[in-house]
Amino acid sequence: MLGTAIIIFREVLEASLIIGLILAATRGVSGRMRWIGIGIGGGILGAIVLALVADKITSLADGMGQELMNASILFIAVVLLSWHLLWMKKHAIQISRDMRRIGSEVSSGSKEPIILAVIVGMAILREGSEAVIFLYGLALAGSTAADLTLGTVLGILGGVSAGTILYLGIARVPTGRLFQVSGWLILLLTAGMASQGASFLVQADVLPPLGYTLWDTSWLLSEQSLLGKILHILVGYVDRPMGIQVLFYAATVAIIALIMNMMGRAEARHRTEAATSH
Amino acid sequence: MQLRVIGLAFALALGLGNAALAAEKQFELTISGHRFHPETLEVPAGVKVKLIVHNKDNNYEEFHSDDLHREKVFAPKQSGVVIIGPLQAGSYGFMGEFHPDTAQGRVIAK
Repeated sequence: MLGTAIIIFREVLEASLIIGLILAATRGVSGRMRWIGIGIGGGILGAIVLALVADKITSLADGMGQELMNASILFIAVVLLSWHLLWMKKHAIQISRDMRRIGSEVSSGSKEPIILAVIVGMAILREGSEAVIFLYGLALAGSTAADLTLGTVLGILGGVSAGTILYLGIARVPTGRLFQVSGWLILLLTAGMASQGASFLVQADVLPPLGYTLWDTSWLLSEQSLLGKILHILVGYVDRPMGIQVLFYAATVAIIALIMNMMGRAEARHRTEAATSH
Repeated sequence: MQLRVIGLAFALALGLGNAALAAEKQFELTISGHRFHPETLEVPAGVKVKLIVHNKDNNYEEFHSDDLHREKVFAPKQSGVVIIGPLQAGSYGFMGEFHPDTAQGRVIAK
């Protein structure tokens, strides 16, 4: 039962950290609680469906169906998270233009909460389907429903605690800095997902690894340790990365940071022009 | 006539290309009794290696290796391929994530 709880905890950890981070970073987006709830529900349903068809997916694409599916889920999340980051940047620019606006509530009708829902759903889909398969396997092997339920509940509680701790930790950041801090955290999360997606494409034999073990910091922090796993999820830490993972990571950070920087500078130019024309 | 020669050359090249792929070293890895057989796999370093995994158990198992950057779920009685490498010389651990107590193994690249 404890073994079940530990494995469920590991599978749930990724989703709960991501949800905790997104919740902390999006305070002020109206309707997000409802939509993130929908994302969680959809993710769980989707995980069950994926688990049911897992072996069929595996045999697709010359036996590489699972790898391609996992890579797709990750890259969809990368695209949506990038959209979210640019949207937040645009929103921050608009807020600072309008000094009279009191709260930073985003008017409803924006697509953003829906995007958040899909990101959350994607986060749950991958590891969630593994958790469902694992539980099904235990049931096949004769575990009682009581044992399974207890283990699962404990594991989920553990995962949710981790996500809550993260959320509360980020919530303590002073409001002035919150946008920057959460922005960087989400950027690193996105880059980590891109690098994971690249790893699945290598597994599918679609991309070259460009060298295994570009560096080895497992002596410093092993990915198997709890802290290592948390950092792996949050900022994409890998103790022995393939070259292509580093490439995708760096490229993601560079491209998104560049675009956000350009947006900021265009705004600064716009303001200088507006000021000097008076 | 020229088109036929080009077509034939192309087909030959494809065939040779496939032959090169088929020359990839292959190793069999069996999951049975929630253990890997063999538990230590010696593979050549510096080349791509194909692991043909057979899950002979009546239950699911996930081949998971952080060192090799591979994770793949296998249904009961399912077989599949995990391609690894080119690896630098060294030892790379893998495990059956659903039965971590018994399902452990290493790949030694030489």
